Amino acid sequence: MNEIALLIAATLASGTTLAMAGLGLLLNEKAGVLNLGAEGMMLVGALAGFGAAYASGNDWAAFAAGAAAGAVMAMVFGVLVIWLNTNQYATGLALTLFGGGLSAFVGVNFAGKTLGDRGGVGIPGLADVPFFGPALFRQHPMTYIAIALMFALGWFLYRSRSGLVLRGVGESPESAHALGYRVRWIRLGAVMAGGALCGIAGAYLSVVRAPLWVEGVTAGSGWIALALTTFATWRPARVLLGAYLFGGVTMLQFYLQGEGVEIASQLLAMLPYLSTIVVLALISRNPAWIRINMPASLGRPFHPGS
Amino acid sequence: MFVERKRALMKAAALSALAVAALAGCSKKEEAAPAPAPAASAAAAPKAEPVKVAFVYIWTAGDAGWTFAHDLGRKEVEAEFGDKVKTTIVEKVPEGADAERVIRDLAAQGNKIIFATSFGYMESMLKVASEFPDVKFEHATGYKTAPNMGIYDSKFYEPAYLAGIVAGKMTKTNTLGFVGSFPIPEVLRNINAFTLGAQSVNPKVKTKVVWVSTWSDPPKEGDAAQSLINGGADVLLQNTDSTAVLQTAEKNGKYAFGWDSDMSAFAAKAHLGSAVANWGGYYKQAVKSVIDGTWKTDRTVWGVKEGMNDFIKPADVVPADIKAKVDEVKAGLKAGTFEVFTGPIVDNAGKERLAKDTKADQAWKDKVDFYVKGVEGKIPSSK
Repeated sequence: MNEIALLIAATLASGTTLAMAGLGLLLNEKAGVLNLGAEGMMLVGALAGFGAAYASGNDWAAFAAGAAAGAVMAMVFGVLVIWLNTNQYATGLALTLFGGGLSAFVGVNFAGKTLGDRGGVGIPGLADVPFFGPALFRQHPMTYIAIALMFALGWFLYRSRSGLVLRGVGESPESAHALGYRVRWIRLGAVMAGGALCGIAGAYLSVVRAPLWVEGVTAGSGWIALALTTFATWRPARVLLGAYLFGGVTMLQFYLQGEGVEIASQLLAMLPYLSTIVVLALISRNPAWIRINMPASLGRPFHPGS
Repeated sequence: MFVERKRALMKAAALSALAVAALAGCSKKEEAAPAPAPAASAAAAPKAEPVKVAFVYIWTAGDAGWTFAHDLGRKEVEAEFGDKVKTTIVEKVPEGADAERVIRDLAAQGNKIIFATSFGYMESMLKVASEFPDVKFEHATGYKTAPNMGIYDSKFYEPAYLAGIVAGKMTKTNTLGFVGSFPIPEVLRNINAFTLGAQSVNPKVKTKVVWVSTWSDPPKEGDAAQSLINGGADVLLQNTDSTAVLQTAEKNGKYAFGWDSDMSAFAAKAHLGSAVANWGGYYKQAVKSVIDGTWKTDRTVWGVKEGMNDFIKPADVVPADIKAKVDEVKAGLKAGTFEVFTGPIVDNAGKERLAKDTKADQAWKDKVDFYVKGVEGKIPSSK
């Protein structure tokens, strides 16, 4: 029983990275911009966060630095694709390469440095409840922030007027433009907010999860977050579900290996990818549903006046 | 139209600037040795050209781990031979086609001896070696040689055994954990040696193994360590490159070891000692033989005896009698009287793999494909 509680706790901790990054990318894509630079933004965020935590010893300073670094990276991307109308795919890939190289280059100074222990914080009154305490209520605050963010984003996109405008920009920028909305600035705002969230995800990874800096510390989680948004058909709750599913199956396969279950570890290593795709593809298999939720102008450049 | 053209130009310029910056950041090649001032050497009497020595690294040297240890060895070469050698390093060379290109470039640039420090460079190096008969090639941890290509390896299972002695004593749950990279003989030897070492002081010990299918992915290594700890393991060893396992043990109040290089600085309480490799001795010998013109192809496997491996910095919490036991075994390894894999060795299915009182030979060690008794589970690739 206790082991299952620990498994759930590890799942939440592990899924939070993907959840933060996935929700950020969802916001991007709802505004019609596909940013393949997620991995690069996460890496730069991870480095900035680690540097800030190392210098200040304060996790919140680290998340702020990660968010700022991610937003700056996203701004570069945003200016290129929104104003200069560069190809979103190529620019995003360039951003990933650039972020990987930049973080490696600057990060040489932090290689092998280490931060102190970043344990979870017990929620008073709930942390000591048998089973549920260790499973759910001894997490790092960022775990709860990611869940709150999911609700906030759902409310913003589907219940608020600004969210409606943002989705309008993603569906039909021409119509939004004709109605007098500043499509380019709205897109830039969405791109930067998404970049900030990717940066926070990176900082969470290097400061809380690892906690250490090595080159390429994100190890592809930016790409997984990108895939999650698509498989989750751009719904915030499903992004969160996918992130926890991925984290959960990753932890489960380690657990099974440790218990000596006789399944090839290569197969077990595939499981997180496989199961996340299968589950999300099953719940999202309705084509009409995909059409409704996929931003119609995703990845397409917008020329005002054309 | 004009505006469009200009836009397209700006676009192209901006994109290529990004790409160039990214590429510059990605693959940096360093001239590691500060070259002596060219004017001074030109003015001096014609001296022998420095022997050019090149190292191919799988990762950046950093502050810990596999490549860091090799780079320490390179620095020893520089310290020993001074301006008689000029070393070059190429970092982060992927195994495969890129490795072949890099090794060929290095050979063409006049390097006299090239060290490739990862298993996956083997075929690439073999191919290039046939094209440059005058260049000496050295490949770490491989098994294929050529007239101008030698191989060298370390007996990492020896410090793994020493770590096992400490682990067997320090565990309270009688459960050890091992975070493995890939199930190849080298790693299986380490798992088995770690377990045998622990059993030599504590017969009740069992070892749980988790494979992460990577050499370096800190969050994943940490997750694997966490799941081993959740499953009851309280002393961990890893065959991966980062300090994540050690730090996860620290966070949980458990024990672990450093691997490849001294990692004592990364976890004050959890660190029980580090299993390390000192490649410098071999590198100095190989470079010297090239300078002297006596280089021959061979297979070199060194261990504690030759000073290539060691188990260092046992923690203060380790009881004195265990430290003494470690020193005793170490002395046996140094004298050549002790062999880690001495029969009877029984695998975890109960089959005898090495007869009583037999010492394993190199061929036996090259083919290790089983867990010894006491390791739980099955090796992933075995049917």
